[in-house]
Amino acid sequence: MSEALKNTLMAKDFATDQDIRWCPGCGDYSVLKQVQSIMPELGRKKEDIVFISGIGCSSRFPYYMNTYGMHSIHGRATAVASGLKISRPELSVWIITGDGDALSIGGNHLIHMIRRNFNVNVLLFNNEIYGLTKGQYSPTSPEGKVTKSTPIGSLDHPFNPLKLCLGADSTFIARTMDRDPKHQREILLQGSQHVGTSMIEIYQNCNVFNDGAFELFTDKGSKLQETLFLESGKPMIFGAEREKAIALDSSTPRIVNISEANEGDLMIHDETNHFQAQVLTSFFDNPKDEGHLPRPFGVFYAEDRYRYEEAMEKQITGATERMGKGDLDKLLRGNNVWTAS
Amino acid sequence: MTKKVEEKQEVTIVFAGDSGDGIQLTGTQFTNTNALYGNDISTFPNYPAEIRAPQGTLAGVSGFQLKFGSIEVATPGDDCDVLVAMNAAAFKVNIARLKKHGTIIINSDGFNARDLKLAGYDTSPLEDKSLNDFRTIQIDVTKMTRTALIDSGLGKKEMDRSRNMFVLGFLYYMYNRKIEGTIEFIKQKFAKKPELIDANVNVLKAGYHFGDTSEVFTSRYNVKAASLPAGSYRNIMGNQAAALGLVAASQKSGLDIFYGSYPITPASDILHELAKHKNFGVRSFQAEDEIAAMCSVIGASFGGKLGITASSGPGIALKGEAIGLGIMLELPMVIVNVQRGGPSTGLPTKTEQADLLQAYYGRNGEAPMPIVSASTPSDCFNAAFEACRIALEHMTPVFLLSDGYIANGSEPWKFPTADELPSITPKFVPAKTTDETYLPYKRDENLVRDWAIPGMKGYEHRIGGLEKEIDTGNVSYDPDNHDKMVKIREEKIAKIADNIPLQIVNNGAEKGDVLMLSWGSTYGVVKTAVKECNAKGMAVGHIHLTYLSPFPKNLGDLLKNYEHIIVPEINNGQLVKIIRDKFLVDAKGLNKIKGIPFSTKEIIEVIEQKFEVA
Ligand code: SF4
Repeated sequence: MSEALKNTLMAKDFATDQDIRWCPGCGDYSVLKQVQSIMPELGRKKEDIVFISGIGCSSRFPYYMNTYGMHSIHGRATAVASGLKISRPELSVWIITGDGDALSIGGNHLIHMIRRNFNVNVLLFNNEIYGLTKGQYSPTSPEGKVTKSTPIGSLDHPFNPLKLCLGADSTFIARTMDRDPKHQREILLQGSQHVGTSMIEIYQNCNVFNDGAFELFTDKGSKLQETLFLESGKPMIFGAEREKAIALDSSTPRIVNISEANEGDLMIHDETNHFQAQVLTSFFDNPKDEGHLPRPFGVFYAEDRYRYEEAMEKQITGATERMGKGDLDKLLRGNNVWTAS
Repeated sequence: MTKKVEEKQEVTIVFAGDSGDGIQLTGTQFTNTNALYGNDISTFPNYPAEIRAPQGTLAGVSGFQLKFGSIEVATPGDDCDVLVAMNAAAFKVNIARLKKHGTIIINSDGFNARDLKLAGYDTSPLEDKSLNDFRTIQIDVTKMTRTALIDSGLGKKEMDRSRNMFVLGFLYYMYNRKIEGTIEFIKQKFAKKPELIDANVNVLKAGYHFGDTSEVFTSRYNVKAASLPAGSYRNIMGNQAAALGLVAASQKSGLDIFYGSYPITPASDILHELAKHKNFGVRSFQAEDEIAAMCSVIGASFGGKLGITASSGPGIALKGEAIGLGIMLELPMVIVNVQRGGPSTGLPTKTEQADLLQAYYGRNGEAPMPIVSASTPSDCFNAAFEACRIALEHMTPVFLLSDGYIANGSEPWKFPTADELPSITPKFVPAKTTDETYLPYKRDENLVRDWAIPGMKGYEHRIGGLEKEIDTGNVSYDPDNHDKMVKIREEKIAKIADNIPLQIVNNGAEKGDVLMLSWGSTYGVVKTAVKECNAKGMAVGHIHLTYLSPFPKNLGDLLKNYEHIIVPEINNGQLVKIIRDKFLVDAKGLNKIKGIPFSTKEIIEVIEQKFEVA
């Protein structure tokens, strides 16, 4: 079935007739395009796919996807999706959220959804700002960020989103960026194939309120220097000439020159290694600091762990086998009945 | 010695002791046993918010009141005939409620110097002359229990945990009841700890035999079966009845339940009950917080399940925004509020009816929704079933209001068979046969939209919290469209009145001087008071509302048949405000806000005043 569907559905089948209302130049367009383009690859029927969002610029996303969808309330897409997934485990569920939506007002639901490991895909559009409310700092804005609500600089220490997710025992964490459609597409596909909660952080430029927040990672001139693209089973190499790599010095990661390093000292990316994932999520230095580590992109970690909704189905089948299918009359009678005549 | 047996029509007993004394269990067992004898019963558990409040203190007193009778019993009684006091504090808290010449059963071991001090007594009240008005039976329950368990090998602390069984056995003897039912219960409860089965059964028997052999009282009592309408009965508590009503609605609608909730007193027992019925396809989900509970229900309803949540006032406040989303989406779901004393954390284990205005108005924007309320413990079943029916047939979130008093209270229930229950028809779209575009917000004559759920081919659509264009459901900021949509949503709820029964005068005069207009858990006490007034020749009627929004269509006409309208409520006047607003009548409130139900006396006094003035 899925092969046949792949051939019949196309990206444009997933577009709707609604006018897209993001600002011209917004990074959201690129994500929409990639998501529409991978939809046929899922091998799922359109009617079995659901997009659920919270509130924020990116949360308009479901209106532009010709699947089932819900634009819910601020921070709660994860909670809505949890109920849907328990009720209809067979659906392909996609959660669209942002840094404010997922990490501030919806922080609690996010971590609890992650530990329950529902089989859903989360696209966290991180633009380090509140766009829809016109430019206040967000929980991922850097310290000292000057915004409308922090005219002399934000006092908040920012969240490191992927470290937070890993701390909540995430079974899949990855990072990609709006400006690299090819990479984005690859990560979206990998996320969609993971069975469990796939957390995908997408660096997304808000060109109106926070233009250039990720410029160092996305611009041709600096990208190769500042980013580290993770590839499973390969050493972690980066740099303009791919001349640098990461090596572990006891348990501390450090940058080495490939020409000077022992091959055996280089860190080899292993998605199944939880310790390594902890190290990698800590690559979160301010790129302006001296001697900083590059920012990793790609799949940091993937693990197979039971899904809440499957365990729930098992309990239901188990209980039904043990007690027999519910008999309403028996339930209403209970065990202690008397008759009045 | 053989004792003579005296007939009684009804008896009210208060069991009182420390919150660790097993009072609730004792009361429940005594209730269940009497239920099997066919008595009509009403119960009122009253316990502290702390799980183990400091031992022996007034704050730690747990009480369980029950009235059982061979005649109709609609309230747990104002004053009691028998007070069981396990310690001095329990005695102090409850003695004022004992009728003159009533019986006190005292655990004398609970009145030592330390107990007296904790209860704030300088000298033992047992030596007070005022006790002469009562019949006092003093038993050293601790000593008797330990004696009965001398060979059990249990430590003192463990032995003392069975003290409640001694008292229960004693009362079984006193009221001529068999102990077998409780023995069965003990066997099940301690199935995994056989040594405790023996201990509890032995102490229960010791209490029973002590009643038989001791000389402390001379006559036993007998309360015959009540002449209830013919049929099969069981005893049921309110929260349990609510849970069964939800399962019944699920079975009759063919939709599995998704129950998302967060633990809160006094609603958690619904979760506990539902979690047992997974073989009915119940998916019970303990969410991370109240908001998640509500939102998960929205997700489940979107997925085509019967989505339900329950909470109490503070939790409902947190759910408010999401309930608004449910209203905007026009998806079916049920929100149960087992009310407790508020505001804020308020009185978690005490009862109140103070969330009616919250149910009516507690959301942002114009967000009307239907409200159904339960009147008695067993009526929680009907109300829950109705709430689900309205939700599924009218595509809307529905409030079901219960409260701590009926949630934990119990009574005999003439349970229905599955066949007797009406079927419920969810508003699903028909399978797609044409290419016509699906309009998610197109409505039928009742202004109800069709329900299309993921997996239905050709019905892919997007919904959300933003205002929608009429019919298409597309986002719309058009001023006229918003004006119309607000009115459509209001009208849709109003039209539910066509699909609920007309209001009847529940008790008393169809026309007359005074109407008692009540809702929720005050049913039993208002009914009892009105009947007593009718017996004295006063033309008083009693209308009790199940449907609070929308009201039954004929309510306004019924109100015109009375000179005075009194609205008794366990709050500071909420239904009364709505009635005055909707019907422009001079309704007056009768309000009690003490965390406890009205007594019959309190209601009668107010009715009588009206007649004295008139
Ligand atoms: S405000 Fe920023 S994030 Fe929002 S749509 Fe415009 S550019 Fe995109």
